[in-house]
Amino acid sequence: MNQKETPVLRMKNLTVRYGEGCPFCKTSLEKNRCRICGTVWAANDISLEVYPGEVLGIVGESGSGKSTLMQSLYFDLEPTGGEAYLKNYENGEKNIWDASAFERRKIRNNIMGMVYQNPIRGLRMDYSAAGNIAEKIIAAGSRNAGQMTERARELLEAVEILTSRMSEAPKNFSGGMQQRVQISKALANNPSLLLLDEVTTGLDLSVQAKVLDLIRKIKAKYGISILLVSHDLAVIRMLADRTIVMLDGKVIESGLTDQILEDPQHAYTQQLVYSLL
Amino acid sequence: MEILRIENLAKNFKIHNADKEIRSCQNVNMSLEEGQFIGIVGLSGAGKSTILKCINRTYLATTGRILYNSQAFGEIDMTSASEREILYLRKNEIGYVSQFLNVMPRTTAKEHVMSALLDGGVSGDEAREKAEEMLRYFRLSENLWDIYPNTFSGGERLRLNLAHTMVRQPRLMLLDEPTASLDNKTKVLVKDMLIKLKRQGTSMIGIFHDLEFMDGLCDQVFNISEGVIL
Repeated sequence: MNQKETPVLRMKNLTVRYGEGCPFCKTSLEKNRCRICGTVWAANDISLEVYPGEVLGIVGESGSGKSTLMQSLYFDLEPTGGEAYLKNYENGEKNIWDASAFERRKIRNNIMGMVYQNPIRGLRMDYSAAGNIAEKIIAAGSRNAGQMTERARELLEAVEILTSRMSEAPKNFSGGMQQRVQISKALANNPSLLLLDEVTTGLDLSVQAKVLDLIRKIKAKYGISILLVSHDLAVIRMLADRTIVMLDGKVIESGLTDQILEDPQHAYTQQLVYSLL
Repeated sequence: MEILRIENLAKNFKIHNADKEIRSCQNVNMSLEEGQFIGIVGLSGAGKSTILKCINRTYLATTGRILYNSQAFGEIDMTSASEREILYLRKNEIGYVSQFLNVMPRTTAKEHVMSALLDGGVSGDEAREKAEEMLRYFRLSENLWDIYPNTFSGGERLRLNLAHTMVRQPRLMLLDEPTASLDNKTKVLVKDMLIKLKRQGTSMIGIFHDLEFMDGLCDQVFNISEGVIL
């Protein structure tokens, strides 16, 4: 093991707040809302690191800040404060939130891939499945139609979508298929970091198993690092090497996944684990 | 050479909703030489598994040190090592066999055994060959190799667990009642395999209820009662 391995992502003190804040915010929070000024702290001082080839799980109840974190990383949301460094962007020396709009597009298209809980956010439902993948490849600068078709075919095969359906629009696909097309789109430009936001939520069990299996295979095949948000502890147990637990916009506990599940330290994590069916 | 030393290990569980602290093992001291086998016996709930889980870092020790002599890092305290170091050790040096099977959905028995090798960087062909050899050794019928293990019997699952861990020949093996639901014939196979691994230098700590099984296998036996070594 390389003792000084560089993280693929290093995030420091991410803060997203809605409201101006006041000097009493830090001591007057009721859940994540300041009793004095009403400011909501959706993400409150979150720091984490993701290492090469690992899956970092993020669990927490609705409103704990999981998706805020993901959306901030993918520039869907402008953070109030904090820094994030990607190994493949300026050698990990420049804060991605200081990047220009042009550079942000480059990061989104070449370094990161995002899979949203709702495929409508990640796919153009009227484009063909292959067209969705091609769009991502074009955004990264490639213009070779033959190569794009070949790449789309390869990716759709990898996610078990019949290539005979690659020219069909995702709006004609089932939820599980849409999710798999979204995953293939996210992988189009070989990103070093894949962001998965509740990707199995709302899918029935057999489709869920298919998607989980796919994620596991992607990890093994491409050695990609994954940030996996889920409120489903079974999903986290199966995929995540390490896990952080969030509550009210804060990280309250982090550790090896089996340790979090078998020896949770925080009262909320215990409550979460005891609720596991 | 000493491969593992446990010093004054204690583990308490703080249960917040009941506002209670449950004491498990207390003041545990052990020393394991390379190629040795330590057996732990005791009644259910005595704290045997807690010790193994603390070594594996599935449980966080409350106090004490667990010093492991690693090939990659030298002497390392398992209670305070970084999560990345622990993950590396689990993948490459330390194996943990429990009574329970934990497999990914849609993963066949053979793929499950192969995954232990693939994770450590072994090539696909070599992993397949070794996995098949191990499954054959543990007499898991070839008909079952390409089947998802969800339908397996308790004994078959246990054998699959053993094959999954033993196939990569870890330096230190932690065995948490690995023979609990096996018939006598399979127990003999497991024992033979453990003796073979021991001869090849694998160090082991195992929990068994079967004293006969431990005969001729263990170099030291610890009897634990109410969390304390007698």
